[in-house]
Amino acid sequence: MNKINSIRKDWSLIETLITQDRKILDIGCGDGGLMEQLENNRNAITHGIELNRSLAANAIARGFNVVHGNAELDLSQYSNNSFDYVILSQTLQAMMKPKDILSELLRIGSKAIVSFPNFGHWKIRLQLLISGKMPVTESLPYTWYDTPNIHFFTIKDFLNLCNEMNIVIEKSIGLTSKGKQFDISESVTGVNFFTHEAIFLLSYKNFEPIKIKSSKKVFAKNSVIAN
Amino acid sequence: MNTKITTDLKLQSEIAYFNNVDLKLESGDIIHNFKIAFKTFGKLNSSKTNAILVCHALTGDQYVTDNNPITGREGWWSRMVGPNKPIDTDKFFVICSNVLGGCAGSTGPKELQNESDVTYGVNFPSITIKDMVKAQSLLIESLKIDKLFSVIGGSMGAMQALQWSIDFPDKILNIIHIAGALKHSAQNIAFHEVGRQAIMSDPIWKNGNYFENNEVPERGLSVARMIAHITYLSEDAMHRKFGRKLQSRDIISFGFDADFQVESYLRYQGKSFVERFDANSYLYLTRAMDYFDHDETFRKNVEFSHNPNNHLKYLIVSFTSDWLFPTIESKMIVNQLNSLSRKVSFLEIDTDKGHDSFLLEEPQLDNVIKGFLTNNFSKIDE
Repeated sequence: MNKINSIRKDWSLIETLITQDRKILDIGCGDGGLMEQLENNRNAITHGIELNRSLAANAIARGFNVVHGNAELDLSQYSNNSFDYVILSQTLQAMMKPKDILSELLRIGSKAIVSFPNFGHWKIRLQLLISGKMPVTESLPYTWYDTPNIHFFTIKDFLNLCNEMNIVIEKSIGLTSKGKQFDISESVTGVNFFTHEAIFLLSYKNFEPIKIKSSKKVFAKNSVIAN
Repeated sequence: MNTKITTDLKLQSEIAYFNNVDLKLESGDIIHNFKIAFKTFGKLNSSKTNAILVCHALTGDQYVTDNNPITGREGWWSRMVGPNKPIDTDKFFVICSNVLGGCAGSTGPKELQNESDVTYGVNFPSITIKDMVKAQSLLIESLKIDKLFSVIGGSMGAMQALQWSIDFPDKILNIIHIAGALKHSAQNIAFHEVGRQAIMSDPIWKNGNYFENNEVPERGLSVARMIAHITYLSEDAMHRKFGRKLQSRDIISFGFDADFQVESYLRYQGKSFVERFDANSYLYLTRAMDYFDHDETFRKNVEFSHNPNNHLKYLIVSFTSDWLFPTIESKMIVNQLNSLSRKVSFLEIDTDKGHDSFLLEEPQLDNVIKGFLTNNFSKIDE
């Protein structure tokens, strides 16, 4: 599976996690490919952030709402719960403070979608075990000295962090290196060994909208009229 | 109010006369009857959805493209506006008007007071960016256009575009805001003040009545322009363009002639400016920029505007080497819009050309403007 195919596969799986007519923030949106897909197939309202100047320029020129900026510095400007979904595709491992980013995602969005390459995959384990050198694979193709990926973690690590942060995993999809898809939560044994890439749909535990009842209407969070 | 549009052959410009009207200004003063000089390029489509208003900067005018009869040169944004250019006049109907208080045919200090033979001079009331935009909105109304597709401007033009989004959000679909800010900073006011002092301390200025003897306070106005011009460039750009190169061979005069190329360049800029710009107008327009301040009010305006402005798209562009309107100022606008999850795009373009970059060769700016307009227009056109 080459890089482009891998990203397309990632996107189509992300799409399956998203319902119609939602407001979405795509962090590291590139030139707007995923945004376009979600606008076309899910009638989504999309916003994006992109660090790379020329990718951001291309996305803007394609008519998308994209801010050229750094997610690690600029996420604070978004209001609480202002998006239905916040997407972080293939970049958590490149963040300076992944834990802070994760809590930011769920502050800004009702739900977060996070995808990442699994450092616990057997090929990676094998490379390190046998050659004794930092692994270089299709999904992590960089040598140790010029890699943008500075925080390597496995599915097990991620699940532990979510648990610690009271984050609920609503759905989880694993992909093998052959592109075979499976539900991570259902196949317990060997998941961390065989999952090449993982995609998670996350939300906060016990997060329920506050409902205020008046004589006629029930008001929920963000003063959206529930009924 | 009645409106009459005629063509001024000498100015090669349309003039819209607004008669039987009191234009109430932000200061509380009133201008009885006024005129706005403007040019249009391209054709308005039958559904009137393709109109773009381009707002000029401090010393610009309505001659955005094609020939400028005042200077005899190409319009100030010819490289951006025209057939197949980023702001494509084959596709869009482009309107550019001389601002209220300007000196290229619109009502301003150089013009005669209503139905008299007395020139306004410094009796012209103080105007603001809001007043300019109010006059522009009446012009757009008189052209029978309900909704502008876009309002575009750099520097003082960006201020007008932002003002449009605040005052008339339901009359526009998007703004392109280049090298601007929510407010004119203390440093910028300071530079303007030096320019104004240069003009007002020229003995020929005569409390603004220099026109009575057909004179121009050339020294003051050209010094004002020289100072301003420095602020439009960057150190890198100046170094690249001039360095310490001498004007004539390798000889220095040990005097105060223009030994260095950068000196003679500035002198030329100052000299050519006085031929096309009115000194009093310069005072009024710099003042209007100084008064521009939406620092405290912008967020509330966007959030609580009675007009539905959720549809509005904002494209905010800044330049890395612009120290007059630095990126941080643009980011303040972006932050506030993002905190209200408005449809905002932002790009900081990497260039050493300073504040003036928006007028110069910047391929990334061209691409972004062209793409933003074309793709957003095709979305409404579907």
